[in-house]
Amino acid sequence: MNVKKVKEDTIHFIFLILGLIAVGSVLVITIYLVISGLPAIREIGLVDFLFGTRWASTSAQPEYGILPFILTSIYGTAGAIVIGVPIGFFAAVYLAKMAPRKVCQVMELCIGVLAGIPSVVYGLVGMLILIPAIMAIFDVPDGASLLAAIVVLAVMILPSVINVSLTSLQAVPREYEEASLALGATWTETCFKVTVPAARSGIFTAIVLGIGRAIGEAMAVMMVAGNVANMPSLFQSVRFLTTAVASEMSYSSGLQRQALFSIALVLFFFIMLINATLLVIKKRSQSL
Amino acid sequence: MKKILAIALVALLAAGFAFAGGSSEETQIVSTDGSTSMESVIGSLAEAFMNENPEISVTYNPTGSGSGITAVSEGRCDIGLASRALKAEEIESGLAETILALDGIAIIVNNANPVSDLTVEQIADIYTGKISNWAEVGGNDGPIVLIGREAGSGTRDGFESITGTEDLCQYRQELTSTGDVITTVSTNPNAIGYASLSAVSDNVKTVLVNGVAPSEETVLSGDYLIQRPFVMATRSGEALSDAAQKFFDYALSSEAAPIITGAGAVPLN
Repeated sequence: MNVKKVKEDTIHFIFLILGLIAVGSVLVITIYLVISGLPAIREIGLVDFLFGTRWASTSAQPEYGILPFILTSIYGTAGAIVIGVPIGFFAAVYLAKMAPRKVCQVMELCIGVLAGIPSVVYGLVGMLILIPAIMAIFDVPDGASLLAAIVVLAVMILPSVINVSLTSLQAVPREYEEASLALGATWTETCFKVTVPAARSGIFTAIVLGIGRAIGEAMAVMMVAGNVANMPSLFQSVRFLTTAVASEMSYSSGLQRQALFSIALVLFFFIMLINATLLVIKKRSQSL
Repeated sequence: MKKILAIALVALLAAGFAFAGGSSEETQIVSTDGSTSMESVIGSLAEAFMNENPEISVTYNPTGSGSGITAVSEGRCDIGLASRALKAEEIESGLAETILALDGIAIIVNNANPVSDLTVEQIADIYTGKISNWAEVGGNDGPIVLIGREAGSGTRDGFESITGTEDLCQYRQELTSTGDVITTVSTNPNAIGYASLSAVSDNVKTVLVNGVAPSEETVLSGDYLIQRPFVMATRSGEALSDAAQKFFDYALSSEAAPIITGAGAVPLN
């Protein structure tokens, strides 16, 4: 009896430790980011840091304004959502409700592959195909721009948008649809007026996950966006929050390095905001 | 059966680790870190050196001049590689510089671009935005697309200080490696960029500067103006490890000179 209890307790303890590793990592990262991110903000001044429009960290008179990065990240993510979510969502509706089984299997396989492609490959393809294409189509001097980053991000968020929407659409009870059909609605009407509203919360989750994926991406964006700290404009070369940290971290020192940590802190804040939204959506859908 | 296979695989992997660990104890490691422009020079020097000294392994981490200097001062590598002279404050902070070779910074344009000769002033005006169309310097009508390097790059530092354009360049793109600059210029007919002479390939066209083509002779004689040193930075208060000292001496020896030449740079000895 006692031996059994000790065994049980030991196993519980081991699993508790394993669980705490994840919690501990989050805590360590949060505390580290806050501690190393605050000094620069204090030195530069919160308003000058967040709303300054010029970033010149290595010039003789350094300036650390990250408004261009914040706006670029927001516009870039918003653009990716505007393009990526409708495509992903309608693809999910098609897969869940209309596609023949064979087509469905092939498409799901492709989406799985798309999800597994490393971001550096997205960046490379963007650099060699998308950038020259933008140059040719829009007749601009150079294709590395916010637009190129938006297109790459839109493709990158597709798999998570499709998968999450798909799961939520498939979870809608069959009876709802059957009731609608029995009342004389067509299949398409049923899909969009019954199934989709019923799967609403899952679709919101998909959008939020897409935002999270897009705002945190660095590698692919760094290869197609041009990396100049301009205020965002569709055909200008721009720098995102993530690429601002990634492109300067390796050689930075002093206040510059601290400012990079502060940028990471701002990015972290955005991600937290997204996670909080996700929690609220989940809670609401449970209470319905 | 599956279980046995899994266990066998794990055992094999573990053995691999143990073996790798054991063999690395015997070889001495010389770590270098820094300038991406010095890749071909350090790469070929390291290869030749390791052929002669199989017990020493030379590693090279291409991160950019600024990173290399930071790495050596923080003790994360034996020799920092910079494609620019060290700044006064870097020497004060306890670093010593040894010039390994000279390198021309080639001004590159797309192969389809008819412009083949620019003056240093024209180049400065182009990069500061005073000249913004290729027609103004004898090319086809088209906007000039300025491709540059990130702020920590030694090539950028060398280019901007020689042309007097520090903090004034209106870059369209700031890329993080020499190779990216060459690739981007090779795909855009209106682009102009700068890259280490030792790295330039046939994908792009090298323009003459003040009528002088960059080459070993013109860099050494000083006729080709846009050039900078390749520097090995070490911690001045501290002796190198035996292996690192051996590599350091080898890189500066007359034996290494033809190797440096072969890699596209100009040795001093």
